[in-house]
Amino acid sequence: MIWIAIRMLTGDRQKFYGLVFGIAFSTLLITQQLTIFINLLERGATAVYGISTADVWVMDPVTRSQDVVYPMPSTALDQVRSVPGVSWAVPHFRAGAAVRTEEGDLEGVTVVGVDDSTLIGLPRKMIEGDVSALSRPDSVFVDGVGSQRLFPPGKDPIGSRLELNDQRAVVRGIVDVDPSFTSQVVLYTRYSNALNYVPGTRNRMSFVLARSDNGLTPNELAERIEKRTGLKARTRDEFAQDGIDFIIENTGIPINFGITVALGFIVGIAIVGLTFSLFIRDNIKQFGALKAIGVHNGKIRAMVAVQAGLVGLIGYGLGTLMATAFIASGAANSADFKGFYTPWQIPVITLIAIAVIIAITGWLALRTVLKTEPAAVFR
Amino acid sequence: MNGVIPLATDAPAIAISDISRDFITGGQPIRVLHNIDLDVQAGELTYLVGESGSGKTTLISIIAGILYPTEGEVNVFGTDIYGLNDRSLVEFRLNTIGFIFQQYNLIPTIDAASNAAVPLIAQGVDRLEATERATELLDRLNMADHARKLPSQLSGGQQQRVAIARALVHEPRLVVCDEPTAALDARSGRRVMDLLRDVGVAEDRSVIIVTHDNRVFDLADRILVMEDGRITHDGTEMPDHQS
Ligand SMILES: Nc1ncnc2c1ncn2[C@@H]1O[C@H](COP(=O)(O)OP(=O)(O)OP(=O)(O)O)[C@@H](O)[C@H]1O
Ligand SMILES: [Mg+2]
Repeated sequence: MIWIAIRMLTGDRQKFYGLVFGIAFSTLLITQQLTIFINLLERGATAVYGISTADVWVMDPVTRSQDVVYPMPSTALDQVRSVPGVSWAVPHFRAGAAVRTEEGDLEGVTVVGVDDSTLIGLPRKMIEGDVSALSRPDSVFVDGVGSQRLFPPGKDPIGSRLELNDQRAVVRGIVDVDPSFTSQVVLYTRYSNALNYVPGTRNRMSFVLARSDNGLTPNELAERIEKRTGLKARTRDEFAQDGIDFIIENTGIPINFGITVALGFIVGIAIVGLTFSLFIRDNIKQFGALKAIGVHNGKIRAMVAVQAGLVGLIGYGLGTLMATAFIASGAANSADFKGFYTPWQIPVITLIAIAVIIAITGWLALRTVLKTEPAAVFR
Repeated sequence: MNGVIPLATDAPAIAISDISRDFITGGQPIRVLHNIDLDVQAGELTYLVGESGSGKTTLISIIAGILYPTEGEVNVFGTDIYGLNDRSLVEFRLNTIGFIFQQYNLIPTIDAASNAAVPLIAQGVDRLEATERATELLDRLNMADHARKLPSQLSGGQQQRVAIARALVHEPRLVVCDEPTAALDARSGRRVMDLLRDVGVAEDRSVIIVTHDNRVFDLADRILVMEDGRITHDGTEMPDHQS
């Protein structure tokens, strides 16, 4: 009977494809939107995770995230360094600026100033150029986004000149980092350079990055720094989460993506539910005949379950494949999608959503079939 | 699965006593069958005729085990079928009764042989063996060339023959048909009736057919006429004033 159930379903090409497409489309929509959502949120933390050696970020108590910063006086550095348990502490600069390209265009950038002597704060991997080049006068590194956005296609960024705050900057390397949440271009330079590139008032130090001595956990160190200095100290994980929370609280992103995911779900139910109930209705006479002939309700249930399950499985597989291809090609070809990945939870969540869609439609369809009196076949 | 419910060999094919059936219409129970008694012997081809609305379909539905009577008892080959639980009744139908519907109700996406094999498949017979047996039966119904075709590739008469094969493939002891020839022309209709007699009726098997096709009345062993929910004539021929 299961064979018959499958043939009933696959034999009706149009409805079968419609059902598979509906599920695949829902899967694609839900998976893809959840992936973009999660990855965008995680970009609230890329700048923090990009600096793997810093255990603790120290900042002014009102600073909220890496991009909403109230600078501290330079004395903060010595304050932090004097806290017992601090292995090292370096200044870190982060602020917005406007840059003029060689072509004369103006572009908003984030300037990151890393410690002059240790270069702590600079992402480790380079796409082009060598880390040591940052020590040369007027050196800046751009990120991948910047290498595409600040220069006309085909032009090598290395050696190009930029202008910041009437100062000259020469691009001497491209660093390999995932874009930030805003996908704004990031320029890396030495701390002392950064102060010149971005005009400012007396207090300039955005963060102090610190590492704990052996035997002290980052949490313990952060607590100790807060107690001794009166500044805010966050462990790397905490500050990364702060960046994510800031996006959640201050943008419409969660709602927008939530709506799209819900739409994927509803469209799935609508397309699949409608097509499946049409399919069942078209076959209701046949189901009635089977019931009269002597197929009991348990087998009818199994038949409908197999039909719904088959559609769900094929559709889900196809949709996941499409979503994966979409995300992989996006991550490979577009700077905006660089580093995008699909955590395993997303396919699982999608699978659950699809299972719910299938269960609801299957259940509705089954009710119609089970309600059909076998006596109805003679009418 | 066969033989779960033992069938008495000496019992009449159908023995119903004092059957009534009500339908609730507009909140009121309307009686459409009135205290019907009827015995049908094995080996008989019985016609059930009567005007539209007289209760023919209701009666054979009750005989076939797909519609509960409001009152009365139905014995099919000695089994009180409405005394069975739901599951046993379904099984009883699967093993004992063959159905032919006016609209055939074939599954459009499987071929003729597979359609005819459905009762065997439902009984749990291996699909290939079931299809083979169905194909043999289709041969006997002159459908050898059409066994691999989909229902949509067959004429109405050919589809009805597939439906007949489906009703007979598992060798049920009772075959019930509601207007099996209504959609067929005179010649095809007559051939269908001939086939039903040849293949369906045997010493221990019976066929009961609802029809108002007076072109085939001469083929029946017995003709029952219904009027307003009662059997008003029972004989080997039609009463004079109606034929
Ligand atoms: N499910 C139902 N609900 C309510 N009334 C019904 C139902 N089924 C049949 N009836 C009524 O019972 C009566 C007998 O119907 P039945 O279908 O048995 O007649 P019939 O002799 O088969 O007629 P026809 O030749 O038109 O098929 C009719 O008056 C019909 O309206
Ligand atoms: Mg009728």
